[in-house]
Amino acid sequence: MAAPTITIDVVRHVAKLAALSLSPTEEETMCRELRAILASMAALEALDVSGVPPTFHAVAMHGGLRPDEVRDSFPRAELLAAAPAHEAGGFAVPKVMDGEG
Amino acid sequence: MAEYETVIGLEVHAQLTTKSKLFCGCSIEFGAPPNTHVCPVCLGLPGSLPVVNAGAVERAMRAALALGCTVREHSVFARKNYFYPDLAKNYQISQYELPLNENGRLVVEVEGTTREVIIQRIHLEEDAAKNIHGAGSGESTLVDYNRAGTALMEIVSGPDLRSSSEAEEYLKRLREILMCLGVNDGNLEEGSFRCDANVSIRPVGQKKLGTRCELKNINSFRFVRKAIDYEVARQITVVSGGGTIRQETRTWNETQGKTLPMRSKEEAMDYRYFPDPDLPALAVTPEAIEAARAALPELPEAKRARYLAELGLTAADASVLTGHPEIARYFEASVAALLARANKLTRDAAGKRVANFVQSEVLRYAKADGLRVELPVTSDHVAELLALVESGEISGKQAKSVLADVMASGKSPAKVVAEQGLSQVSDTAAIEAAAREVLAANAPNVALYKAGKTNVMGFFVGQVMKAMKGAGNPRLVNEVLQKLLSEAP
Amino acid sequence: MRDAAGMAVTELAAAIASGELSAVEVTRATLARIAARDGVTHAYLHVDSEGALQAAAQVDRARAQGEKLGVLAGVPIGIKDCMCTRGLPTTCASKILEGYVPPYDAHVVERVRAAGGVIVGKLNMDEFAMGSSNENSAYGTARNPWDSARTPGGSSGGAAAATAEGLAGATLGSDTGGSVRQPASYCGVTAIKPTYGRVSRYGLIAFASSLDQVGPIARNVRDAARMLGVIAGHDPRDATSVTRPVDDYEAECGKDVRGLRVGVVKGATDRGCDPAVVEAFARTQKQLTALGCELVEVELPHQEHALAVYYIIAPAEASSNLARFDGMRYGLRVNGDDLRDTYARTRGAGFGPEVKRRIMLGTYALSAGYYDAFYLKAQKVRTLIKRDFTQAFSRCDVLITPTAPTAAFKFGEKSGDPMSMYMQDIFTLPPSLAGIPAVSVPCGLSPDGLPIGLQICAPELEEKRLVRIGHAFETAIAWNHRPPRFS
Repeated sequence: MAAPTITIDVVRHVAKLAALSLSPTEEETMCRELRAILASMAALEALDVSGVPPTFHAVAMHGGLRPDEVRDSFPRAELLAAAPAHEAGGFAVPKVMDGEG
Repeated sequence: MAEYETVIGLEVHAQLTTKSKLFCGCSIEFGAPPNTHVCPVCLGLPGSLPVVNAGAVERAMRAALALGCTVREHSVFARKNYFYPDLAKNYQISQYELPLNENGRLVVEVEGTTREVIIQRIHLEEDAAKNIHGAGSGESTLVDYNRAGTALMEIVSGPDLRSSSEAEEYLKRLREILMCLGVNDGNLEEGSFRCDANVSIRPVGQKKLGTRCELKNINSFRFVRKAIDYEVARQITVVSGGGTIRQETRTWNETQGKTLPMRSKEEAMDYRYFPDPDLPALAVTPEAIEAARAALPELPEAKRARYLAELGLTAADASVLTGHPEIARYFEASVAALLARANKLTRDAAGKRVANFVQSEVLRYAKADGLRVELPVTSDHVAELLALVESGEISGKQAKSVLADVMASGKSPAKVVAEQGLSQVSDTAAIEAAAREVLAANAPNVALYKAGKTNVMGFFVGQVMKAMKGAGNPRLVNEVLQKLLSEAP
Repeated sequence: MRDAAGMAVTELAAAIASGELSAVEVTRATLARIAARDGVTHAYLHVDSEGALQAAAQVDRARAQGEKLGVLAGVPIGIKDCMCTRGLPTTCASKILEGYVPPYDAHVVERVRAAGGVIVGKLNMDEFAMGSSNENSAYGTARNPWDSARTPGGSSGGAAAATAEGLAGATLGSDTGGSVRQPASYCGVTAIKPTYGRVSRYGLIAFASSLDQVGPIARNVRDAARMLGVIAGHDPRDATSVTRPVDDYEAECGKDVRGLRVGVVKGATDRGCDPAVVEAFARTQKQLTALGCELVEVELPHQEHALAVYYIIAPAEASSNLARFDGMRYGLRVNGDDLRDTYARTRGAGFGPEVKRRIMLGTYALSAGYYDAFYLKAQKVRTLIKRDFTQAFSRCDVLITPTAPTAAFKFGEKSGDPMSMYMQDIFTLPPSLAGIPAVSVPCGLSPDGLPIGLQICAPELEEKRLVRIGHAFETAIAWNHRPPRFS
């Protein structure tokens, strides 16, 4: 497993991907703990898995399909009631810049 | 200065014509009030799970087979992870490594040159919600999840197109095929047929592809050409000036007539794709694939060839009439009905007559809304009307006014003709009587005719028709006049 | 009136059906018991007295009208707080879902209600089911009824504690890597982790989708079997739900186990097990032999990798599953300077340290360049782990290990070191990764008077075997120990 050493920069990069704000102390702790966890996985690296297929689903199955039928949607008021902010029937979120995604 | 070749690949997102969304039973109806077609699944509520819509799989497969793709018996849905408010789960379920369909082709022809475009893949994915900017008070953006989870198929072409006209032609042909299959409504305005273009240039003769820019927001055929042409010119200017093209996403700004770079991302996107553990591999049996293949309708290209060969149409006529599946169906039904009524007509002649009449008279009243077309009269009425012309009961000119009445009243053409006494007079005696009166009243012109000025014939015909209030059969009027003029001393 | 807290689910249901007890009485008694005791145990995050009494009254009315009652009619049931309950708060013990009330019931909750079960409340847990001690609850830890200085285990700690202390007739927990079995072991009760796909996950708030299963926790094997019978079965809303008809699990109770081949994993207790656990496990083997079972030594050569495989797969899936908690549509929002800042602050404030650690680990394992080395490789090793079980089951009918390497530990003992905490799961992880069913039944007490659990595993969809042998074993050792705090 050609994983690089976990550095503070790696921690910050990953936190950004995960949309997670971490305090400087958390970053330090995370750095230390991730290193330890990844180090414990070193034995996996040595294991030869050539020719072994992955098991993405524990029980061999094929997904059942759903017939193309319209079902009742949920009452909007109830869904919006759970939102931190809503307005004019929409979920209100901080201003979105187009193309940001 | 070096000559450059343009290289274009297109990614089309076509909304499937299912009734419900890709992973839940919410309706995909367009234009409903915000957030009224949502449920725990498409709103990404905690605990909800996706289940694949069989209708979406079937439609994507139909499109793939029509485009010559191979359908994979086991395909995989993956999660594309990124944070954005229009993604309810902050991941989009899409097919990534193992798409449903691969390796198809579409041949396009521009100004006599044909180009084979490889369809690299057609996969299923869910649409995002709609962010409504500026609708909320203050700084908020409002999100409407009605569209979230709608079934899309993404059709990815190879970098095989060489000009904006080819790109436009590819999109038109593709749209026409999808509409013919009934899997997409081709509605660019409502966004059910959307396109991104990957554009690059390279010196003529170079094999290696140049750095590409992805153009977004080009949702009309006109924009496609303008945006690509602008972008190609821009890239040539940059490269000729010694610069290099940066790989980036640009958006077409119609007002400025330019492509503009989109807000640059602080770091490259890392979508962390992995197979969606909520969805086992999608299995399609070979039998289902073969059944779908067998059920494919005649595609526009084959239709055009048939119209040319069997119905005597010009390429231009065939192209118009195959442009929308409903119009093609209408045209063919009219031809069949006309042949049934006027059995002396050849297929060729019937085809031409219907093609002319439908194109010049009917289509201008047609209203298209996606896959539905509202036509002013039925194909039966078209046939009936043309049969009346054919039998000489009414003139071609009268046919137009009868059409107007049929449209207004919904009555059958025969009924309109009968009620208004429009039947052409083919009674030789009545025509002869009128003709004699005209000739008697215009002795000087008769003399001119006899002296060789045969062009006064038109005048006589006009007078007879006027006397008969336009109901005379023009062919008979001519014949009778000639006979009388040759008889007269 | 008989004390409902001491009664089995099957006894309670029978007493209510016969009219000996009313459902309302039983519910009142349970609510009173919760009020009196849960201040210490803190098994519940939310008690729904009103809803429970209404449901109970409904059962009594139905009985009065001569309607056929469900198999759980009037039985007080607690639900782990990661299963959606319509109109009842569902928080996953996380600040990010504080006050969240789902608009729908999870499949298992629907099933419990349909069977006449009276839902008394939502149970404490490790935040988002990540943890082995309940110390990761954002709302205070649940305590072990056997010793309140000790953990009830995790992540379904509240469910196991409530069951052990009679704060519900039985409970539903969820198990991703051992989260019903390990706490059941620590609290001296029984828990079944069904075959992956046997119970619908619809409405279960996902931790790691390819591993999560809802499982019952009960005071005896027959009760657990009845609960499993209620919640198992196909659900078209979960694409990973198994279509095979559900067996009659309860009918397995009392069946003979003579000649059943019991696989004992070679060297199972060599790695880091407490002597008390080693001893209890050895004693268990003798008891099984005495019951007429045939012991067979089997090998699971790849199980040593289970921990690493699990701590790649589960966090990777979790990192994606938990992305939806972003303060936009529901739950906590902490406003920041802009959209990105709001996301980061909301999640930074809403998630606890363990959840953050796993999101980070999982995000890293899926990030560009590492997918093959981590996620894909882990899924391949998972295949090897699964094959080991297939091999083993060619030589035996069920397979046994201790449920956990120790009995319940003291609060704070392992919370400083994630790896030592993760080691608590070494026996429960392999069956989870293989998707096979497993049960934990009590098999004795440690010298400190703490319960120790036995894990029995069976091949895919063979839950029947677990019930048969579990029930026979429980009967043979006459397990009727109750926590000191019970009475």
